[in-house]
Amino acid sequence: MGKVIVVTSGKGGVGKTTSTAALGAALAQRNERVVVVDFDVGLRNLDLVMGAERRVVYDLINVIQGEAKLSQALIRDKRLETLFLLPASQTRDKDNLTPEGVERVITELKRVFDWVICDSPAGIESGATLAMRHADMAVVVTNPEVSSVRDSDRIIGLLDSKTMKAERGERMEKHLLLTRYDANRAERGDMLKVEDVLEILSIPLIGIIPESMDVLRASNIGAPVTLADARSAPAMAYFDAARRLAGEVLPITIPGEKRGIFGKIFARRAA
Amino acid sequence: MTKMLTDARAIRIKGRSFLAVVLAPDLPFDDWLVRLDDLAARSAGFFLGRPVVLDVTDLPIDRAQLKELIAELAGRSVNIMGIEGGRPSILGPGMPPALKGGRPVSDEAVAKEPIIELHNSEPKPSVPEMRPTLQSIVIRDPVRSGQSVIFPEGDVTIIGSVASGAEIIAGGSIHIYGTLRGRAMAGSLGNASARIFCRKLEAELLAIDGIYKMADDMAPGLRGHSVQLWLEGDSIMAEKLI
Repeated sequence: MGKVIVVTSGKGGVGKTTSTAALGAALAQRNERVVVVDFDVGLRNLDLVMGAERRVVYDLINVIQGEAKLSQALIRDKRLETLFLLPASQTRDKDNLTPEGVERVITELKRVFDWVICDSPAGIESGATLAMRHADMAVVVTNPEVSSVRDSDRIIGLLDSKTMKAERGERMEKHLLLTRYDANRAERGDMLKVEDVLEILSIPLIGIIPESMDVLRASNIGAPVTLADARSAPAMAYFDAARRLAGEVLPITIPGEKRGIFGKIFARRAA
Repeated sequence: MTKMLTDARAIRIKGRSFLAVVLAPDLPFDDWLVRLDDLAARSAGFFLGRPVVLDVTDLPIDRAQLKELIAELAGRSVNIMGIEGGRPSILGPGMPPALKGGRPVSDEAVAKEPIIELHNSEPKPSVPEMRPTLQSIVIRDPVRSGQSVIFPEGDVTIIGSVASGAEIIAGGSIHIYGTLRGRAMAGSLGNASARIFCRKLEAELLAIDGIYKMADDMAPGLRGHSVQLWLEGDSIMAEKLI
């Protein structure tokens, strides 16, 4: 049985889709079977970031409505054999996303794939709650600024109450992915500090992704940053985050700091 | 169910709770019945079709007297569904079953009915007053933005932080072993002696017994410190805890 991860944040524009694609590609490069599922019906983007927008025939809604088989809707990545995309519908109404349909699709995907990564839409409406409903673990994407942190806090509350795991009385595994971290602005004190974000959200950290032009460039050529430029700083940070998701224990580096004392401090803090 | 049943139709057993009126007669019954008639005359049909429980706790009566009382009540169309507080020796066949474990209901639930008059026309000498049992809850997780903890029954203790956009409402005091960034309202049902304690104060709003203080009204020196707050007259006082 594969693991279901939801990538969520509450706030829009913090990097959920970019992170979904990057983590998916990073895990697939470890030769694990990965599917990334776009839940943002009506405002889909994951197909663009994955560079598959011209190959979408059927989508998640078609599968849920029984108009297509799951195998017909899955798009295999051209670069990685083990990476698949299940796109969202751009034209259909988001009310077509039914709880029963989502459950059926996720159960089917879990049987075939090692990782099912659900890209949640922004907000706390039905799309977001359905994306998190069947998750085994959550990646909470947060920018180091107050509104993003508060929205993430709200989402963590929902993860602890509205998911299947929570309703069964189990504990949802939650991980914090701090994105768009700008070392220069952090130094000037224009951004929340990493330890402040950790103190407010109090969930373990799986990575700090530096703000970088490489991310934008990768999106524009339609490739996850972990495929477009594996040597770039954000790609390396995503690779490390993927390894931590898979259960490895690695010290966390704050971009702009030297690996060493700080890494040790945060490895301990995050545990 | 794997076992085959002889009849496919299952028996349905359900629990259901009904609101019953409890009549607590006192001696002598003749006088009491006169007052009951008086009440019934003023509110016709009050007992009609209403489940009535007879409370005979601590009444020195025997089986015959009880039987007579039930008959008198039946004559007034008061149908007894059960007897509470009766010694087994006074109960017998043909009588309503003995009940126990009933919980008192606040008067509001039946306030529309003139049941209050029952007390007015006859002030009871020693009504055992229900003393509210003091309660408290402990929450071991951080309270996240958008969540509210509402506990009018007593004290709330949070082991963790209260996020910006979260709120704690307690009938008693509030204890937060973490940072208070959201709202805390203590003594919500009117309790001027309730207090708020927190390990680090970053609150958006604080209230005790309806008196509130916004973040901007708080002394800046308190921010980020361990603080306790209490009420003196109409103002919220605060002091740093070590």
